Amino acid sequence: MDELYVGLVLVPTLIGALAAVACALLGNFLILRKQSLMGDAVSHVVLPGIVVAFIVSGSMSVGPMLIGAAAAALISALLIELVRNLGKVEPGAAMGVVFTSLFALGVVLLEQSETRNIHFDVQHALYGNLESLVWLAGTQAGALFDPEALADLPPQLGRLVFSLLAVCLFLLFFWRQLVVSTFDPVFAQALGVPVRFIGAALISLVAIVAVTAFEAVGAIITIAMLICPAAAARLMTNRLIPQLAWSVLFALVSAVAGFWAAGSGMALLGSGFSVSAAGMIAAVSGIILAICAIAAPQRMGARS
Amino acid sequence: MIDVPAFVNALTFNAGYNTAIVAMGAILLGWAGGTVGTFLLLRQRSLVSDALSHATLPGVGLAFLVMAWFGGTGRFLPGLLLGAAISAMTGLACVEWLTRRTRLNADAAIGAVLSAFFGFGVVLLTVIQSLGIGQQAGIGSFLLGSTSGMLRNEAVTLAVLALIVALLVFYFRRPLTLVCFDEIFARTSGIDIRRADLLLMFLVMAVTVTGLRVVGLILVVALLIIPPVAARFWTDKTTTMIFASGLIGAVSGFAGTALSASVPNLPAGPVIVLVAALLFVISLLFAPARGIFYGLYRARAFSRKVHRRQGLLAILRGEAIYDSDTIKVLKADHYIRADGTPTRTGLAAADNAAREEALWTVYLHDNPDAAYRAARMRLDPIAERLTSDEIAELEKHFAGPPSVSGKAGTGFAIR
Amino acid sequence: MKISPTDSDAALAVRGLSVAYGDKPALSSVDAVFKQGRMSAIVGPNGAGKSTMLKAAMGIIPTISGEALFFAKPLAAMRDRIAYVPQRASVDWDFPATVIDVVLMGLYRRLRPLSLIGRSQRQMAIECLEEVDMAGLASRQIGQLSGGQQQRVFIARALAQKADLLLLDEPFAGVDAATEKTIITLLKKFVKDGGTAVAVHHDLSTVAAYFDDVLILNVRRIAGGTVAAAFTEANLAEAYGGRLARDTPMTEAHAEPLVDTAT
Repeated sequence: MDELYVGLVLVPTLIGALAAVACALLGNFLILRKQSLMGDAVSHVVLPGIVVAFIVSGSMSVGPMLIGAAAAALISALLIELVRNLGKVEPGAAMGVVFTSLFALGVVLLEQSETRNIHFDVQHALYGNLESLVWLAGTQAGALFDPEALADLPPQLGRLVFSLLAVCLFLLFFWRQLVVSTFDPVFAQALGVPVRFIGAALISLVAIVAVTAFEAVGAIITIAMLICPAAAARLMTNRLIPQLAWSVLFALVSAVAGFWAAGSGMALLGSGFSVSAAGMIAAVSGIILAICAIAAPQRMGARS
Repeated sequence: MIDVPAFVNALTFNAGYNTAIVAMGAILLGWAGGTVGTFLLLRQRSLVSDALSHATLPGVGLAFLVMAWFGGTGRFLPGLLLGAAISAMTGLACVEWLTRRTRLNADAAIGAVLSAFFGFGVVLLTVIQSLGIGQQAGIGSFLLGSTSGMLRNEAVTLAVLALIVALLVFYFRRPLTLVCFDEIFARTSGIDIRRADLLLMFLVMAVTVTGLRVVGLILVVALLIIPPVAARFWTDKTTTMIFASGLIGAVSGFAGTALSASVPNLPAGPVIVLVAALLFVISLLFAPARGIFYGLYRARAFSRKVHRRQGLLAILRGEAIYDSDTIKVLKADHYIRADGTPTRTGLAAADNAAREEALWTVYLHDNPDAAYRAARMRLDPIAERLTSDEIAELEKHFAGPPSVSGKAGTGFAIR
Repeated sequence: MKISPTDSDAALAVRGLSVAYGDKPALSSVDAVFKQGRMSAIVGPNGAGKSTMLKAAMGIIPTISGEALFFAKPLAAMRDRIAYVPQRASVDWDFPATVIDVVLMGLYRRLRPLSLIGRSQRQMAIECLEEVDMAGLASRQIGQLSGGQQQRVFIARALAQKADLLLLDEPFAGVDAATEKTIITLLKKFVKDGGTAVAVHHDLSTVAAYFDDVLILNVRRIAGGTVAAAFTEANLAEAYGGRLARDTPMTEAHAEPLVDTAT
């Protein structure tokens, strides 16, 4: 195998794919619960979380940033619920109010604090920098079996593996609770299913995945992967498990094709071109959804 | 931190011609956003504006590329805004198509269009960067908006656009109100709902595009969402709500730009949004009509009335009371002692409660349609709810005059 | 408040139940007893709090005061013996599931996490579907069912719970005549075999034919007891007032405010 290929292409592609799959799996349930835009809201409030974490901890290290972002995501979910229930505001508007306010707060804090002097900007937060997550040690022969070289792997890879694992375990252990409380929450409550806990756990996982994915690939992929693959999969089948399988497939195709199109594909047009891989992955997932909306077998659902 | 003289100057439009124009534009924009947003909220389509605003990015990028291709600077604001408008409408059409033609719900369609269009826009932005065309800085400011680097003709363009949008909303307020308030009535009075919806979406698009350069595409939706949600807490009347929402938007725009002009490193867009958010929080907590505090107060007062009445009736029947909430209420009213035995006032109140229950029961027997309303009324002293003539009429159903002797069973059997 | 000894044969006993949405009362101090081995209806005009009462008893919505005892014990101890059938319109039928998937949800309380559905459980679900004449549609996508078929699936899911008490929220709302007949036959058999059924019902013309007992509700309790004793013109007039048209069944289903609709 071409070693350069492993380090410079395969590792970032793998990171993108892991993020995409973790998001897509959860996205299926967000869509069925008509909560797709929670992903959008949660991804937006990661910014204020990171800025506050920086102000509090005074460092740009990853630990506080992840904690801050996760805390912000959970706080936003809580605030949305509060505004919805106590203020009797419809869910969409409640989300809109909360995430724009928190995002604005994040931008103002960013501008007012020392953060802006350090290398950190909103654009990076939005579309990440997948291309830079390379494994330089992986370009040497035999690196796959060299512990020292392995330690040089981008740390985002490990964190995304962890996130994906958490998602899989959650789905495995809480599958029945999740399905019954998604399909028929009233019945689920009568059965004694902890409906609110399951809902909160789902949103917490979305937050964890959004934060780890965000750090690696930016907010835009996170939103796209939470929604587009699952939406496209929804149009392919009428069964839940096949739908999850389709969404994983679409997520993988988006990640691989998007990364390829951003890198090698654009190089065909001219060597001067370099475009955002994250943006390209999001765009590809949109194209997949468009194709499914035109031609997928179950696109009409019960409306047909 | 805040430069007070500069802030006062900004508030009184004395902080320079550009700042004054931007402030005027922000006020008009806030007003337009607040009023259009009210219709959007009432149609339950607030977040459609989020898809719309994110979908502007590819249009801005393409317009820049096209203008640069034809030898322009690429940073010609009306051209960029036209591109933004066209791609926003395309995004909106995609949302409509996905919700109408597939099984997907509106939330999924909005999220999908938002992220895919935005992703494509980011791709175009990076293409522009790698092409190395000069003056691309103007494009980055579409993400988060900025007023500091704004040219004079840009400021004037935006103020004029905002004025036009505000006037359009005013002109079309009647059909829009009708459609939002009562779709069926609007249909019967000859208003084409689909056209009214299209008009609404056009106005939303106009506000979004106008707001892009000032507030940025991520936050511009806040101008459409926060003011009406805040206004909703103050009133149930549509016309009042439209006005209140416009006012909240305008105040946010004004205060936001003034703060931004007088404090260093304070971008106008996010500050406008934060002012609106502050007004929202105040409304959520303190508005008398639907605010949280008053709502909680009323719910608690009602719950206490229920417990008081049930406790008093239990006293009358000589039953032991187990419900801890009921005991708490009765103790607070000094109707029972610490050991749970009723006091003199408690017995009197119990007797009175029995009388009220009996009178209400008779009243409901005669006026069954009032049941739903009466369920709340019957916990209040009957004298506050019915006229003395009505009460006298009810009392005729009973043998003797009402008793306050403290003994039960003086003609008021509980049915 | 204490449940009197005479309530000990009650499948469900409700005491002083008050529920409000904010300060808008939905139920005001309702007492009710549903006896074991009987089929009971809860009737009352729209907004009378019929569904609210079942939901409050099942702990689905919070109450201001009062309690509900199932077989003389609190809900938590008795969940396995109760099957609740929500309103058909309360779920999104475009959910990616088949008929048998929905019926198998009824087994929830008897399955451990990670355990797979076995052949015998699948067989049991098919038998429940046979009871409602739906076995042939076991692998059909639920989005393709008619209203009556959807209701039958819900009933089959409740049967799969093997409960002693069935609580049904508007089981006959918007279903075809054949389904109504199937369901009522099934419920009568269930009660004859020792079960108890309580249904929110809106069609006054069938109360006498379908039910043993009736509770007439309009925010407060109007009357309750055997159909012969409680289902009288006078009680109905008190509950429905001018809205009662005795011979025309009420057709507006789901008009009750499930949540505070004043948003």
